[in-house]
Parts: sequence; structure tokens; C-alpha cells
Amino acid sequence: MSHDRSIRDMVAAVAAGKTSAAELTTHYLDRIAAHDETLNTLISGCADTARERAVAIDAGAAADTPLAGLPIAHKDIFCMRGTRTSCGSRMLDNFVAPYDATVVERLAAAGTVTLGKTNMDEFAMGSSNETSFYGPVRNPWNTDYVPGGSSGGSAAAVAAGLVPAATGTDTGGSIRQPAALCGVTGIKPTYGRVSRYGMIAFASSLDQGGCFARSADDCAHVLQAMAGFDERDSTCVEREVPDYVGALDAQGDDYLKGMRVGLPKEYFAEGLDDASRQVIDAAIAEFEARGAEIVEITLPHTELAVSTYYVLAPAEASSNLARFDGVRYGYRCENPVDLEDLYTRSRGEGFGREVQRRIMVGAYVLSAGYYDAYYLKAQKTRRLIAQDFTNAFENVDLIAAPVTQAPAFKLGEKLDDPVSMYLNDVYTLPASLAGLPGMSVPAGFVDGLPVGLQLLAPWFEEARLLGAAHAYQQTTDWHTKRPAGFE
Amino acid sequence: MAWETVIGLEVHIQLATQSKIFSTAPTAYGAEPNTQASAVDIALPGVLPVINANVIRMATLFGLAIDADIAPTSVFARKHYFYPDLPKGYQISQFELPIVANGHLDIVLGDGAEKRVGITRAHLEEDAGKSLHEAFDRETGIDLNRAGTPLVECVSEPDMRSAAEAVAYARKLHALVQYLGICDGNMQEGSFRVDANVSVRPVGSSEFGTRTETKNVNSFRFLEKAIEFEVERQIDVLESGGTVVQETRLYDPDADETRSMRSKEEAHDYRYFPDPDLLPVVIDEAFVESARADLPELPDAKRERFVAAYGVGTEDAVALTQSRVLADYFEATVAAVGGDAKTHGKPAANWIMGDLSGALNRDGLTIADSPVSAAQLGGLIARVADNTISGKIGKDVFEALFKGEGESADAIIEDRGLKQITDTGAIEGFVDQVIADNPDQVQQYLDGKTKIVGFLVGQVMKASKGKANPKEVNQMLVAKLDAL
Amino acid sequence: MSLTADQVRNVARLARLGLDDDQIAEYAGELSNILDVVASLEKADTTDVEPMAHPLDLAARLRADRAVPVTDRDDFQAIAPATAEGVYLVPKVIE
Repeated sequence: MSHDRSIRDMVAAVAAGKTSAAELTTHYLDRIAAHDETLNTLISGCADTARERAVAIDAGAAADTPLAGLPIAHKDIFCMRGTRTSCGSRMLDNFVAPYDATVVERLAAAGTVTLGKTNMDEFAMGSSNETSFYGPVRNPWNTDYVPGGSSGGSAAAVAAGLVPAATGTDTGGSIRQPAALCGVTGIKPTYGRVSRYGMIAFASSLDQGGCFARSADDCAHVLQAMAGFDERDSTCVEREVPDYVGALDAQGDDYLKGMRVGLPKEYFAEGLDDASRQVIDAAIAEFEARGAEIVEITLPHTELAVSTYYVLAPAEASSNLARFDGVRYGYRCENPVDLEDLYTRSRGEGFGREVQRRIMVGAYVLSAGYYDAYYLKAQKTRRLIAQDFTNAFENVDLIAAPVTQAPAFKLGEKLDDPVSMYLNDVYTLPASLAGLPGMSVPAGFVDGLPVGLQLLAPWFEEARLLGAAHAYQQTTDWHTKRPAGFE
Repeated sequence: MAWETVIGLEVHIQLATQSKIFSTAPTAYGAEPNTQASAVDIALPGVLPVINANVIRMATLFGLAIDADIAPTSVFARKHYFYPDLPKGYQISQFELPIVANGHLDIVLGDGAEKRVGITRAHLEEDAGKSLHEAFDRETGIDLNRAGTPLVECVSEPDMRSAAEAVAYARKLHALVQYLGICDGNMQEGSFRVDANVSVRPVGSSEFGTRTETKNVNSFRFLEKAIEFEVERQIDVLESGGTVVQETRLYDPDADETRSMRSKEEAHDYRYFPDPDLLPVVIDEAFVESARADLPELPDAKRERFVAAYGVGTEDAVALTQSRVLADYFEATVAAVGGDAKTHGKPAANWIMGDLSGALNRDGLTIADSPVSAAQLGGLIARVADNTISGKIGKDVFEALFKGEGESADAIIEDRGLKQITDTGAIEGFVDQVIADNPDQVQQYLDGKTKIVGFLVGQVMKASKGKANPKEVNQMLVAKLDAL
Repeated sequence: MSLTADQVRNVARLARLGLDDDQIAEYAGELSNILDVVASLEKADTTDVEPMAHPLDLAARLRADRAVPVTDRDDFQAIAPATAEGVYLVPKVIE
């Protein structure tokens, strides 16, 4: 079955003429047609343009590009010229982007074929992909369960073999968490590694674009094309991108030997369910067996992460979403009587509940009299949290931890209680606040639902993350499993 | 009750860059609507700001010119409010850490006294777009060409005590930004916008009264009138037992009054916070010193140098240094005359502030568009100075140059044979002829009516078609008449 | 931290979100719960700690002052709710 091939093999086959881009594209489009009615991973399909593109590639259009012929899906947060880019929201249901995001440009230049735009929590706010205007995404491992969020569509599509790779974004865990819940490999790069130009902003100092695929090696191929300096993004760093793919190629079997892996005790305390803990422990044992040195570390300010994040992210979101006003694009209410009516009804009708909640929290914490107590305070606790990691990395090379406290939950289970949804993010938020790169790697199952192992590295050490994950995936096969019915 | 006026000015200075402060769109005035609004200016989802280096440079030059502190680190902040000409729903400005602070401008008052006006801060921000209320029936049109144009907002201390002082400050600032080459100063096009904060208080009081802000003043004359009106209005209100309402007002030049704007319900809560799409601007010593080296000679220094080097008085020097273009023109003119700068300074000043200024005004031109170049004017002045032509003929030559009727004073003098006759023999011929032809007037002179010599000089001038040197004619006539 | 309906109304106004009374009541409860979570920040000792705006302590990168002509006006306006003669239209604003 060609959807179990690695990206490395797929692009080599296309380059050698053994598989055609058209064949690959058709294969995945057929799987989408067969399964996506149930899973709802795509908001917009691009079947026609995909087929045209594949034909062009077979005629030589993307010769000598590293990913020629690779089918891919983009989270519907990345602007794609001529295509609806909805951000999972009614506010942008009618928004056909007039330009391409840098990530979209670069992956296209690398030879990929875009099959569609994936479903997501509205404006990237959520951890279950249930806030989307286009309906929830179902977890292919059990369709009564959530896939995680906000990049739920991308994670589920890769898990179900509807695409070999998909882009995502991670602000507080929105790549790592759905990767864990869907049993796929996901990477969130260092803040500033990937351009945010064209990536619709949620929280500007936290958002980062990354990807999902079925292995670290696959992710390395995609990240290689995405990463790098972009002069259109002032927060994108001017720093050479290492050869991620080449490094994995050259990697020996003893990569993990002597690697000091830190386990933060705050991530293994109460709250982490026992069954998940066992899966994580087994994964750590594998690292140890391969020669890694396991060290207990402490990240003492971990308990401040949720409150810090839920001040900073909504504040930045409330500001970034102020441009959605029914004037120049997007949803406009019917027959506005005056300017105020235009604003309040367009925004009241265009935004869903979770988005409205966060906008209001954000406006509140920035408002006169509250700025110091909330926003300024949260920026200080942010530094304390980041400092914890800097200190830890003086003694360890990597940090390993759970991604979530439990596997996927049922659809609808947490919708009435936003706070309990927020508290779920406790293990992913700290690395986001510190801007560190992180991965989620499939590590096992609990009652048939996937559990992910989180790996964190110092700033700009994506190669080390990929290397460690790749080493782990040489002697384990969790990442190769397929949900029943999607083999 | 004796009242004291307290005025502070906030001036928005549009920087004359090629591209906008955060986007690469062009900044030229007058383009078709929305043809200079890029994806960033329209605030499409996903776009990001990138800072224009020239804006930082210009702001630094400005800070140095007003003797201010240049912040080693300054931060852009978002200022939130909803209005259709503000596409992002926030303006990128500066709040807690502005790029320039603690400067001053020294002004000269009517009586010649000098006064220092403090400048609290000058910060960078982006301009908003334009709302067009008249063009559409029940709708307002939004043109975002101006959105994103770089502005320096310069805030003075409330140090001014009269409308005249405020105007002197505004004029000086206006000249300065043009001198620095950072602003074209075109008030009609909105490049330089002045808002006046005005309040009054009893003389001797140290507390400030409630102030109002008057906007939409696009000339110095209107600024003066608006302030004067507002001061009187506030005094009237207070003297009749009322209180001044803190509000924004607009000046109506037709009615010569200020009016309250539709009252802004609540004070805005701008929810400032540092813009997370931008990193702090760091300015090191080397950058500041390199900017300092780029500073042109400023108006005050130039004025003093003109007085010393060109022998012109302070009043003339002030007039000539009003703008850099004018000052440069003056210097080029004197240089073109050649010889001793001190001798030719005053005549050059007179020609420029007199004949040239008059002709330019008459035709609605500025010095920059002058049809007479500095070289041409200098050449003309030289010919008057060396007596080739009289001053009177010089005016004719000037008009000819202005109309483009000749390439140089010399060419015109040559073509029209305007050379002044200084040859004694030739003049003597005319003088003898006039004495012979006007016996009555000669007799009058001999009878003691010496003033009649003027008539006789005129006759000689007529006979010589204006070309005889009048001084020589006069001398010779008197000598010959006295010898009779 | 308990928010009153009026406080919610004020915040909704700041954010230009049109909410009816039922929604305001619901949000008051939800927002209060969220602010309760956030309240734990108070206890943290942040004496002498510099605020962190970005993970990377870097300075702004500046770009050269070069104008690039805008050629997409038509594309931008094709997706707008209401335009005429090259301008965006909104209900008339009274100044």
C-alpha cells in the first residue's frame, strides 16, 4: 500500500520514474473520498488543481526539487492564493486568500502537491478541534473521540493515511497534542525558525508553524523545506538551516549513547494518568536501553504556565483579531445600519464562542488598570519559566515528558467546561512560552488510543530532536501502526 | 481677573521616505485610491510589519537637531481603537519607550527676546488612511493609501504663553524638519499637522486649567486665530461661572471659530502593549554618531554665519534662512557674483527678497521653481556692481531673465545693447546737447533752482536711452552748469 | 474573581462584540472562571524579573527604504464586501 511508504522512498520513486506524481495524488485523493466524510479532516479539497499539478510534475515541472510529487495538506490557517482560507471560522468562510503564505510558497517550490486545507479549531483556539465552524474532526483510532487541537484535521489526516504529511501550527501545544492523540509524529520548531508570514496570527509571540508525518525522518524532509529566514517576518531569525535529512542519513546506531535526557519531576506528578505514565516509562526505558543517561530535573515554575499562557495568548489574540471587522474582507453582517452595527454584528456573528471568550479575556487583561497585574506580570512569569529550561539544559541535552495527562477524550466531553480544557495543556504550554522546539512521538496505546512521548531541546536544536526521535523509531514500531479500517 | 494662556503643541510630521514605515508600499501623495495600499497596509490576515531603516535614521536626526536624548532601546506598541481608516484595529505607535525624549527648540519672540520651549518626546507611529464622507450618498469611502505612512509625533511641554509664541514654535519646527530633509513641509497635503492644546489659568496660579485640543489647523495663520479664539472662549466660560470641558475641537476657518467635535463618549482605553510582531529597536553610539555627522547646518547656525560672512542684518538673515532651498540659493547667488562675499551679500539679499520674491509670488512659484537661477542672478548683480548697467536697467534685465528671454545677464545686455555709457566723452556729448536744448531750465538752475538738475539728468538719460551712468551725468551737468 | 454583567458589557464594547443579555450572563460566569485560574499569577515572586516579550532576546531587523509598487489592488478589492471607485465602503460615519 503506497500510503505506508516513507517520504524518502516516495520522492525517490517519483524522481526515478518508478511512481508517477499522478499515481500518488490519485491514491490519496481516493482515500480522502473514501474516508473524509466520516473524519471531516478537510475544510476545502483541492482535487482538481492537485491533479493538474501532478500532471505538470510528471511532465518535468518540479525537476530536481527535494519533494517533487509529494502530496501534502495545509492547515487552513495558512493563506493559499485563490483558495478559501477559513481558519476554521465563519468569519473567513468567504475569504479567498489573494496571496500565499511563505510556508505554502516554500513547500510548493519544493515540489509538493496540495490536496486540501485541513480542519482546525477556530482561529487555532482549542485542544479538540471541536470549535471549528465546519464541525468537529473525528479521531481515526475511535471516531467517538477527539483528535486533539487545534491542528486536529492535519493530525487525523496523516493518521488515517489520507495524506503523507500535513502542516500545522503550535501556539500552546496545537501540533504536539493532536500528534499524541492521533498517534503520529509532529514537530513544533523553535520560535523564529519558520516564517509566520501568511500564517493567520493567533498569539504572535507564541505561534510557530510545523508539520505532521509518520516518522521523524518524514518530518525532517518537510521541515527542511519549510524552515529558514524570511525578510517579510520580523520575528523570523536569520540563521542557517542545518541539513536535517542528511544528518539522519548519516546517523549511527549509537546516536543515543551518552545523551543526557532529563525527566522534569513536575510533569510526572499527580494529574498524569497511570496508564499513560506506564507508556511513557516504557519509552524512557527504551532510551535508556539505547545508552541514554536518564536524569531527574526540576522545572519549578511549571505550575505558573497555564495562568501565564491564558493571559498572554488571549491578550495577543484579542489584538490580532481586531482586524476582522467586515470592512475589507471576510464576513459582513446583513444590512448594517451604522458603523457600530457593522462592527458589533459582524464580529458577534462571525466569531464562535471560544474565540469570543478569549477575545474578551484578552481585552480585559490589557485594559486600563489591569495591565500591570495581568499582562506585565505574565511576561515576568514567562521569563521565569524560560529560565527554568535554560538552567535545565545546562545539565541535560534533551528533555522527555508526557504530552498530555491522558489519551483522547470523547467528543463533547469537555465542551461545557473551557477551564478543564485549558488545564489539559499543562505539559505543552511551558515549552511554547519559552519558544523551545518540541516533538511528539508515538509511544504506545491505552485502551486502543495513542499516547505520545514529548521531546524538548534547546533553541534551534531541531536536529537533535529529530535524531533522538529517529533513533527511538529504529527500534520501536509504534509510529508505523494504523487505525483499524485505515490500513 | 488677569488670565494666563498655556499652550502645548502636538505636531505630526510625515517623514519623506520612499516606502512606508512597516510596508514597502510607496508614499507619494495623490495616487489613485488604494493603489498604494499593500497587503500589509490593508491588514490582510497573516501579514506582518517590517521596520523601514530610514525612518529610524530620520527620527535620530530629528532628535539630535532638537538636542534630545536618543533612546538606546525603543519599543513599538499597539494602540487599539476601532475606526474604518485603521485597518488592523490598532495603530503601531510608541508608548512607554519612545525613540526621542527631552529636547527643546529655542524661538525668537516679536520683541527679539529668546525663549526655550521644551519638547517632552517625539515618537514614531504610522498614519491612518483617509475617510471620504462627502463622495458617497449614505456611505463613507475608505482610502488606505495614507495608511502606514511614517509619522514622528512631536509633543511639546506646555511652555508657550501666547498664540504668537505657538506660531513661532510651529514655524521653527516646520523650517527645521525641512532643513533636515526629513519632511517636505507641505501643510496643504497634510505633511505637517499641528494640534493645539490650550488652557487658561489665573495669573500667578501654578495649577493648570482644563485644556482642550484643537485639531485640523493646516496653516500658521489659522493656528494663531484658532488659539486666540479658544483662549477667549475659555475665558468667557470661566468668567461667567462655567467650567471648561475637556474635549477635542475643530477649527472652522470660514467662521473663525472652534467647535466641539461629536463628543467622544468615553475616554479611549487604548490597551497599549508592546507589539509582539516587532522586536525592540536598538540604537548604538556608532549609529548616533554617524547620524550626527550627517546633520546639515541648522537654521540658527546658518543665520549667524550669514550675518558674519555676508554682511546682512539679522532680519535679512532670518528671512533668507527660512528654508534650506532659499538659503542655498542666496549663497549660490553671492558665489556667482564673485569677489568679496561681504560686499555683495546685502545687494543679493535685496534682489532675492525684493524683485525675485515679488516675481515668484506674482506667478505662484516657489524658489525651487525659480526660472532665474542663482548663477543667472549672480551674473546680473555683478554687472550692476561693476557699473556695466544701472540698477534701473538691471530690473529690466531681471524681468527678461525671468521670462526666459536670454541665457544670462551678459547675453541680454549684449543683445539689446544695454551697456551703460560711462565713457566721459560720450556722456559729455549728451550733456552738452541737453544744455544747449534746454535754455530755460539752465537759466532756472543759474537763478538758484538747483533741483532742476534732476530734469536735465532725465533729459540726458532719455537722450542716451537710459544707458548713461546717472551719477556721472549728474556730476558732469553740475560741473558744467556751475562753470557757466 | 467574579465579573459582573456590566463589566462583561464593557469588555464586549471594547472588543466590539455584539452580545445579547443571555450571552452576557453566560460569559460572565465563564470569564470569571478563567480569571480565577489566572489569579494564581499574583502569588508568584517576580521581584527584579525583566518582562519577556519574546523568547529570543534579539533586536529589530530593519529593511532598506525601497518602494515596491502595489499591483494587486483589484485582487484585494475583489474579495471585499463593498467597494466603489477604488474605495472601501462602510455605512456613513458622522464626525
